[in-house]
Amino acid sequence: MKTDLKTNLKSIWARAYVRIVGANREPSWILSETVLPLLNTAAFVYVYKALRAPEEYIGFVILGGAMTAYWMNVLWSMASQFYWEKEMGNLELYLIAPISRMSILLGMAIGGIFYATLRAVVVFVFGSLIFRVNFFISGVVELFLIFILTMIALYGMGMFFASLFMLWGREAWHTSNLFQEPIYLLGGFFFPVKTLGYTVAMFASAIPISLGLDGMRQLCFKTGKTLGFLDVKIEILLLLGLSIFYIWISHYALLFMENLGKKQGRLTLKWQ
Amino acid sequence: MNHAIETLKLNRTFKIKKAKDKPAPSFITALEEVNLTINKGELFGLLGPNGAGKTTLIKILCTLLLPTSGTALVDGVDVVKNPALVRRRINMVSGGEHSGYGILNVRENLWMFSQFYGVPKKIAYERIDTLLKLFGLDEFAKTRIGKLSTGMRQKMNVIRGFVSDPEILFFDEPTLGLDVQIAREVRKYIANWVKNNSQKTVLLTTHYMAEADELCDRIAIIDHGKVIACDSPSNLKKLLRKETIVHIEINLTDENFEHFSQLPGVKKFALEHKHNIGRTELKFILENDSAISQVTQALSSNGSKIISLSKTDPSLEDVFVALVGRSLESEN
Ligand SMILES: Nc1ncnc2c1ncn2[C@@H]1O[C@H](COP(=O)(O)OP(=O)(O)OP(=O)(O)O)[C@@H](O)[C@H]1O
Ligand SMILES: [Mg+2]
Repeated sequence: MKTDLKTNLKSIWARAYVRIVGANREPSWILSETVLPLLNTAAFVYVYKALRAPEEYIGFVILGGAMTAYWMNVLWSMASQFYWEKEMGNLELYLIAPISRMSILLGMAIGGIFYATLRAVVVFVFGSLIFRVNFFISGVVELFLIFILTMIALYGMGMFFASLFMLWGREAWHTSNLFQEPIYLLGGFFFPVKTLGYTVAMFASAIPISLGLDGMRQLCFKTGKTLGFLDVKIEILLLLGLSIFYIWISHYALLFMENLGKKQGRLTLKWQ
Repeated sequence: MNHAIETLKLNRTFKIKKAKDKPAPSFITALEEVNLTINKGELFGLLGPNGAGKTTLIKILCTLLLPTSGTALVDGVDVVKNPALVRRRINMVSGGEHSGYGILNVRENLWMFSQFYGVPKKIAYERIDTLLKLFGLDEFAKTRIGKLSTGMRQKMNVIRGFVSDPEILFFDEPTLGLDVQIAREVRKYIANWVKNNSQKTVLLTTHYMAEADELCDRIAIIDHGKVIACDSPSNLKKLLRKETIVHIEINLTDENFEHFSQLPGVKKFALEHKHNIGRTELKFILENDSAISQVTQALSSNGSKIISLSKTDPSLEDVFVALVGRSLESEN
């Protein structure tokens, strides 16, 4: 048991290492991963400025723009990672190793989070400075809790998507594509989710980032609470629920998909 | 004591996707009633033409594929019931695999894979550095793997298999596409590893006869998913000790010479087209020497000019021809 845990921890670090070292070795990535999102976020800021929206909205957009980094990482890197690994011939090597599939995904996630955080911090710090956002933090502990739980739930959801990519490549790819824009909308990256109306916002809350962003905005800005969707405490509980749910379901989805793949002979490329 | 590998009536079929114009999906039998027992300390070869089922068997033993029916045990552990326990004992290397990450160098990639087996850092680097040196890759330890040649890449893959120090190591065509010199180094290392570790086992697949002959303690010849013979190379060749083996070269032709297998004294007959040298090689398993003249007469009445004729000791290739009725290479 103890050696199992050790092996899994080592695997997580080894897999994360690829991404962390990668970021250092290709500095040009860093530029495109930080400057472009910053411009994207700035565009929304100017929309709100042009419309003379309340000042909070600018802070909202910058927070949303920063959190987009994690969403992109989950959707484009984490979810489809197994598909690429299969194409490269790494997936089978992961699967024959005596480790949990979740460790591999967690390793990828940590590598990705490192990267996404870089992007998030750049958008957040530069955005806040350039547009002179006024923060008013009303609860540090809650803010921290919400952020962590959002991350766990979001990457848990990523693991669930990843299980689908174990067998489906192109099909799952299209699905990701399909999801990107609607989730931008439902996730409320660039406006308060409450704007969508209660029912839609409720559905949108299945996406961890909607609740997470809403909670963070409430805790970061003076008038945040008035624009919030649910009470922050309730949001924390819901996020906790989502975290458990997504990790639980991805555990079973990974087992299920792996077994299905073993049955149908689709875990490896046929022509290998 | 457990056997390293044991299979009992192992079957695997694949469902082929239904085509639009066909009423029902069809099935391919990749393995049929495979019974194999491989002892610890053996270097065991699976020899067979393309599509024989070699990779399928390896995948089942490596827990990447479920059998349709039957049992497979690795070190006494059932691959279906307890795959996690099997995985601790094995590793696998395939020919021409493109594993690893281009952003990392050779040493880092090998380290990464060793971590999935929990090898302590110091031991991992010791093993990696020793093996890199042994395979003449030490100069390239810090080279990103994208810059390696095919041969070097494959050496790295082979090293990957050894770094986790598994009990049972599977090689699927480890020397595929390697030049002679590198293939020889790889074979030599594999052979020594088994020789120097009495409890370690290697199962390798190949369709190079000479490789199987030179390397393996025992060989299973497999064709269309069935094991048709299983013994040591020398015993397999003894199957043909009474027969006469004759190889004849003629100019390249697309004739199939099917009627030659009906000639008196001809037990089995196969042909192989050697496009690179513009010749067709005919391989005959004859009952005795006197049948040779039958064959040469039939050839000349057929209008074929004999370029060379040799009577040889049986090779594994001839054993394959005798058992299967066609040449192994002719499938490629
Ligand atoms: N995942 C799969 N789906 C459908 N058919 C498959 C699959 N894997 C293998 N097959 C079929 O099963 C048969 C056995 O294939 P296998 O790859 O085991 O042969 P092999 O002996 O390894 O051949 P090669 O020398 O070409 O590697 C072939 O007819 C192959 O087309
Ligand atoms: Mg094969």
